[in-house]
Amino acid sequence: MVKTGYYGEFGGAFLPEILIPTFTQLKEEFARIKADPTFWEEYVHTMSTYSCRPTPLTFAENLTHHFGGASIYIKREDLNHTGAHKANNVIAQGLLVKRMGKGRVIAETGAGQHGVATATMAAKYGFDCTIYMGEVDVKRQRPNVFWMEQLGAEVISVKDGSKTLKDAMNAAFRDWAQNMDDTHYVLGTASGPHPFPEMVSYFQSIIGQEAREQILKYAGKLPARIYACVGGGSNALGLFGAFMDDPVELVGVEAGGKGLPSKLHAARLASDQATIGVAQGYKTYFLQDDDGQMRETHSVAAGLDYVGVSPILSHLSDTGRVRFAAATDKEVVDALRLSMKKEGLIPALESAHAFVQAFKEAPDMNGEECIIINQSGRGDKDIFTVADAIGDPQWEQFIREKAEDYNA
Amino acid sequence: MLENYIREKREQKDILLMTHIVLGYPDFDSSIQLARTMVEAGVDLMELQIPFSEPIADGPVILKACQDALQTGASVADCLDATRKITASLDIPFLFMSYYNILFKYQVERFTKVAAECGIRGMIVPDAPPEEAEDYLQAMNKEQLAPIQLYSPNTPDERMRYLADFAQGFVYCVARKGVTGQDTAFSDDLDQYLARCRQATRLPLALGFGVKDHKDIDFLKGKIDIAVVGSGALRILNEKGVEAVGDYIRSLR
Repeated sequence: MVKTGYYGEFGGAFLPEILIPTFTQLKEEFARIKADPTFWEEYVHTMSTYSCRPTPLTFAENLTHHFGGASIYIKREDLNHTGAHKANNVIAQGLLVKRMGKGRVIAETGAGQHGVATATMAAKYGFDCTIYMGEVDVKRQRPNVFWMEQLGAEVISVKDGSKTLKDAMNAAFRDWAQNMDDTHYVLGTASGPHPFPEMVSYFQSIIGQEAREQILKYAGKLPARIYACVGGGSNALGLFGAFMDDPVELVGVEAGGKGLPSKLHAARLASDQATIGVAQGYKTYFLQDDDGQMRETHSVAAGLDYVGVSPILSHLSDTGRVRFAAATDKEVVDALRLSMKKEGLIPALESAHAFVQAFKEAPDMNGEECIIINQSGRGDKDIFTVADAIGDPQWEQFIREKAEDYNA
Repeated sequence: MLENYIREKREQKDILLMTHIVLGYPDFDSSIQLARTMVEAGVDLMELQIPFSEPIADGPVILKACQDALQTGASVADCLDATRKITASLDIPFLFMSYYNILFKYQVERFTKVAAECGIRGMIVPDAPPEEAEDYLQAMNKEQLAPIQLYSPNTPDERMRYLADFAQGFVYCVARKGVTGQDTAFSDDLDQYLARCRQATRLPLALGFGVKDHKDIDFLKGKIDIAVVGSGALRILNEKGVEAVGDYIRSLR
């Protein structure tokens, strides 16, 4: 018996029999495109003409002076089309779907970024598109639902379980088990059954490849540390990949929610509350109870509010290659405010988790050192969530008046 | 042995019935009463599902029952207690159905041991393909429990033969694509698929997913050994209560 897709003891493909032939096909197709240089060329070309690649690396001069330690550089994945690194994975999988000759794509989404990105890709390539989104997330991310529907996607509100990202993933798997002949599941992160963790990390590796080249050009040296937020793990693995063999410290930042002792968080690797388990088709650290039932998670950032984590990151956590920290909801809002005031940058709430940890560490580093923070997405499109998180009374007033207009 | 039981029963009946209950749904007393009602109505085998929070192979009806059971606090230990009561008083083979994480967190070998002690005869674990579940297969063999393997319509012949190497008791043929609890077309395609299943293994065949009435079961007579009724019975339970389930089961053959 051949086990594939393992990173240490993590990963694998714990699949119902009905999906096994589909995954066999996907593994073969992925191996084929990986061996074919024209695929990567087509991917880079598409990303440079449809999205905004290469994305800039911004020197955050004011923040650097503010903290008085390491020079802070920010990788601007927020400048991708649809405002997040999600576009990288989605376009690459779209090209893969074209090669496989399928006509329909489905996806899960938490914050809605991956859903919107998938909907744009489906529109561009002429695929039918269904997006599964937890009912809780549909409520807190209505603007993204609006855009997905305008882009022609069908958005299905998932009312099972905790009604968040993991439940949307389960629903997408159920759809796929029925419709695999014509449908590809565009999984949005470096989690799930093999080959998704490897494949999504491969597509996202474009982030680190660019960032490494850019920092060598601008700073003339490698960064001492690099920071990325971790939900499923795709933006972190995308940035880390190119620095894996360098003397660079890799730091992943998870959702600390209302604090680790509160248990209202999504810190799988930064807390000691997660244990190894098997769910959603793969083995990794999950926040679960002693029976193996998944726990509820919490984060101000829907995109980090997930019960499992990439098996690749679980392995890199165990080996010590990646260090993990958690940022609380409150710290995240403070870091977001500071970034806006000092640099005019508006990171997504997800990305702001990475900023928190970088801001904690930068002052104690010496001025010769530099760091990179991955701004994986932009926050301005999360205006409803951000305005609530910041607690802006004038915004609230505006919404009330708007509601009255509709009632009139 | 489970296989022998099935063969002996088949000499008396032209098709066997396997039903399914979710342990702890709507509560454990009801589960036990439901099992008794089903056995009294003539059921030959039964799956006892231990609820898991992420049941990716199950459709809405079973999914909701699992969630409701978990919400009332149904634990694995409670499920084992209820199983002991069920197997002690009812004389048909019972199988566990659950997902791999339930076994994994309990420790696979410890789980199969306690399952055997509870009087269980086999298990259906849909997210444990042989490639990933060597520990499970070994532990099942050690306890002489049948690790039920599943076929689906898109399983290639070669893989059917591969799975047959690990199968014991019977092979569970999933009637169609998708998850549990949706309609299945009982047609020529199904005949061809069942013929492929028959070619791949000498074990008895069960067919499940979408089997719900007398007509479906008539279609299956002579083609398979066991008809599996899962979501269909659960729907009756939800709509009409336990007693109606007994009438429903009796109407099937």
